[in-house]
Amino acid sequence: MDVYSKRKYLIIGLFSLTAVIIAIRLFTIQVLDPSYKISAASNVLRRVVNFPARGLIYDRNGKLLVFNQAAYDVLITPREMKPFDTLAFCRIVGVEKEEIASEIKKARQYSLYKPSPVIKQLSSQTYAVLQEQLFKYPGFFIQARTLRQYPAKIAAHVLGYVGEVDQKGIDANKYYENGDYIGRSGIEKAYEDELRGVKGISYKMVDVHNMEKGSFDQGRLDTAAVIGKNLVSTLNADLQSYGERLLSGKVGSIVAIEPSTGEILVLASAPTFDPGLFVGRERSKNFSKLLFDPNKPMLNRAITSSYPPGSTFKIANALIGLEDGVLQTVRFSCSGPASSPIKCTHNHETPLALVSAIRESCNAFFWQAFRAEINHYPTPAEGLEAFRNQLLEMGIGKKIGGDLYAETSGSVPAVSYYDKYFGAGRWNSLTIRSLSIGQGELLLTPLQLSNMVSLIANRGYYIAPHLVRSVQGYDGVQDTLQFEKHSIPAGIDNYEMIVQGMEQVVENGTARSSAKIDSVIICGKTGTIQNPHGEAHSAFVAFAPKINPKIAIAVYIENGVWGARYAAPIASLIIEKYLKGKIASTRQHFEDAMFNSDLISTMKIETGD
Amino acid sequence: MKTQNNIWFNLDWTTVLLYLILVLLGWINIYAAVYSDEHQSILDMGQRYGKQLIWIIAGIMLAIMVLTVDSKFYAAFANHIYAFTVLLLVAVLLFGKEVNGARAWFEFGSVALQPAELGKFATNLAIAKCISQFDFKLQNLRSYLILGALIGVPAILIILQNDTGSALVFAVFVFVFYREGLNGMVLFWGFAAAALFILSLLLDQFKLLIFLLSISIAAYGVLRESIKEGFIGFTAITGLFGFVWLIDEIADFGCTPLQLLMVTTAISALLLIIYGIIQHIRQVWRILLFFIFAIGISMSVNYFYKNVMAPHQRDRIDQVLGIKIDKLGRGYNVNQSKIAIGSGGFMGKGFLKGTQTKYNFVPEQSTDFIFCTVGEEWGFAGSTVVLGLFLLMLIRLVTLAERQRSQFSRVYGYGVACILFFHIAINISMTIGLAPVIGIPLPFFSYGGSSLWAFTILLFIFLRLDASRTENLR
Repeated sequence: MDVYSKRKYLIIGLFSLTAVIIAIRLFTIQVLDPSYKISAASNVLRRVVNFPARGLIYDRNGKLLVFNQAAYDVLITPREMKPFDTLAFCRIVGVEKEEIASEIKKARQYSLYKPSPVIKQLSSQTYAVLQEQLFKYPGFFIQARTLRQYPAKIAAHVLGYVGEVDQKGIDANKYYENGDYIGRSGIEKAYEDELRGVKGISYKMVDVHNMEKGSFDQGRLDTAAVIGKNLVSTLNADLQSYGERLLSGKVGSIVAIEPSTGEILVLASAPTFDPGLFVGRERSKNFSKLLFDPNKPMLNRAITSSYPPGSTFKIANALIGLEDGVLQTVRFSCSGPASSPIKCTHNHETPLALVSAIRESCNAFFWQAFRAEINHYPTPAEGLEAFRNQLLEMGIGKKIGGDLYAETSGSVPAVSYYDKYFGAGRWNSLTIRSLSIGQGELLLTPLQLSNMVSLIANRGYYIAPHLVRSVQGYDGVQDTLQFEKHSIPAGIDNYEMIVQGMEQVVENGTARSSAKIDSVIICGKTGTIQNPHGEAHSAFVAFAPKINPKIAIAVYIENGVWGARYAAPIASLIIEKYLKGKIASTRQHFEDAMFNSDLISTMKIETGD
Repeated sequence: MKTQNNIWFNLDWTTVLLYLILVLLGWINIYAAVYSDEHQSILDMGQRYGKQLIWIIAGIMLAIMVLTVDSKFYAAFANHIYAFTVLLLVAVLLFGKEVNGARAWFEFGSVALQPAELGKFATNLAIAKCISQFDFKLQNLRSYLILGALIGVPAILIILQNDTGSALVFAVFVFVFYREGLNGMVLFWGFAAAALFILSLLLDQFKLLIFLLSISIAAYGVLRESIKEGFIGFTAITGLFGFVWLIDEIADFGCTPLQLLMVTTAISALLLIIYGIIQHIRQVWRILLFFIFAIGISMSVNYFYKNVMAPHQRDRIDQVLGIKIDKLGRGYNVNQSKIAIGSGGFMGKGFLKGTQTKYNFVPEQSTDFIFCTVGEEWGFAGSTVVLGLFLLMLIRLVTLAERQRSQFSRVYGYGVACILFFHIAINISMTIGLAPVIGIPLPFFSYGGSSLWAFTILLFIFLRLDASRTENLR
């Protein structure tokens, strides 16, 4: 026996005391305190996400382009499910038994405890019926959503679409969870943060019979959903719709900009589609149909396709020459079809000055102008470098959009390109002469073309073209967006020379019969782009009126034969519609011809972009 | 004359029976916790309860093996086992597999082994061996240092594995030392420090200082065995505070109440020292020492809490003390666990009838939170039965320890009781919100081979020693 053996009582006492304390606590929470039983009665804590309505999109005149319609997703938590009458359920929701079975299987594989959607986008009618019967289906619950609706069925490319967020999107931004919707393209994507609002989360207690028993912890943990902001787009819905109709049966695009603000009035790409096809239960079917269409209707050609600009580029060429000071007074001679190294396809006076050269679209003149621009510098490389930088300043060969999703930059070949191709110092202006008439390695998007005209129309600046004019805050306050202004101060007289040339193109030049309208002076430039794969492309750029221009436009029609054939009539019709409100009867036949022409089914060979 | 057969005769079957009952109850509750409609067979080896059955059978075989080894082996090889375990703990830090942020597991195919679990009985053996040496006295500093090192080395290695919960278990050896002669004041000061720690978290500095001053005055009164002197001290300090406050008001220093109280404290300490020297009162020094000790602890608590502890550990303590209430974040487990247990009522919902634990509200419900299932399905009645069985076992172990002839066996026995006690008390307390969430298993109940085997070995080594209790082991 040792002296400390009595200490065992203290240790046993400690053990017993602890047991008693625990027993008292157990007695308190298990027998005395009823609140835990109440918590358990409404025993399932369900996290309910309240999806806010996505913001609406209006056109510049307040016409609704996109709104929301309620729809309902059915979600399941596999662990809470009990065997149920599958057939009855399928009858209510109108879905095949096999589909339900496979969705439930998928949900189980995802998680037994986390809810997954099994049926998406039920209509309100179906929802009403199902809601009544829901108690028969433990583990099932319904989540309200909103679907996008497009009353005008126009501007599919511009508006873009929303779709379920993918894993990349979830990883990139913690806000998103599996099954959330996110803007995937167009305005929906570019203005995702403004449009989506903030989803609210509430925690509900749900009992074993799948009935909600109120908020958890008095709703203290709930967060309110914040509705998405509305957008006022720069589009003119009527003009957009008219443009899309004019493009019917053709592959091509129209971009019209208000020069003074950079606001895009029309951004149409053909072939197009009904934006409503991407909504609802048929979405994936429609999506793959459009995706595999050989004419690529989902491609927004106006900003993602780049083309050789052809003769429309002569405007840029002229501006560079004027900036360099080599074109102001010079006259170049032209031998017509006998010209060398580039033939001229028109018969006209010779030698001729810049204004007449623009009117006649004289290849010989612009080749010589180009040579003068390049040779203005000590070496061809330096000349081209300067030439290229001047183009980039004009917004050619780089992305210029203020808020455009998936815009491409086009391409202006750099010195390194030719060095690689011909060897450094082994090329000169003659080698790269096709640049002078907008052919060869030069590629522009229709957006860049229209922006180039916008620059001329403004006589020296352009504002980043954009699609959204203002964001409507939660409190109704309009937040007008600001976009970058780019100035190219080349001297007002120089701009006026180009304007004069473009005026004459329509007045008595290459577009005199196809683009002239009454009482409004249109300044334009045609382009016919040789295409080794088929018919030449048809291009036309213009702005109007000459003084205080209201619209700058570029039209590009693939395989449109020549500039004045399709592009010029379409551009002039849009200008006429916009500035005068209606088409003069003398020009009605153009409208009919455009509406009814069909270049797609007669096209022999698919042209590349 | 002892033969091998006598082991079975001398074995304490009461403890064995308690062990078997607890293990069986654990298995049934794991079945209930994991139960789902798809997998109804309790023998389904793909499910946790099926696997647990394998662990249990293997555990019983381990127990038999432990019993068949000669009791002298454990005493003789205690230090070797300890050294080997420390090696394993180092190795797991270097080569172990990381699970849930803790690098604590060795993986051999599908079998995972947690050396920290072995650390408990190995350390227990080493401590028993150390204390039972002839020349060992639990009085001098050297003994404390040796014991501290024996505990500290595995504890620190386990903390390095990021498994603080398992490391905390080693603190219970202080009760073993107490039984073997550790000064009771050490325990007292330990509890005082713990109480102060909690108070420092709960009270702001002003209230804490008032509390400490009051305690000091009371202690002074008690030490001087005079209510009058205590009252004088109280009046003096209150008056001094009023005086300091008045000066602050007049001079318009704009001091905070805390600053005023600190000035008051400093002045009264100075006066007390002068008074103590003049009057030759020894007790003054004790009071001052206590006061400085207390202030030191409460100040270091803040530093320790903010800079040393991990945020999740801090949060768990905040939850228990009610400083922060967060029913969905850190407090989610405990809140759900309390709902599950609380909803059990007096008689419980019945076997497999639990709703809370079925829906996976309580994470780790088959491991650390297995007691939820007991509370929900068997109610207060079932919970107290389980609690009672555990208490019976602990008391039985203490009783067995006391009947040992050799100190080695007794120390080891107390170690077993205390280790089990710590696990049981902390695990159950955390499920009902009495203790912070520390991830340690409930002995014999929680799912998992490593912990079940470790507890089995721990217990049966003692039963083996007890079976030869008349031997004198060192």
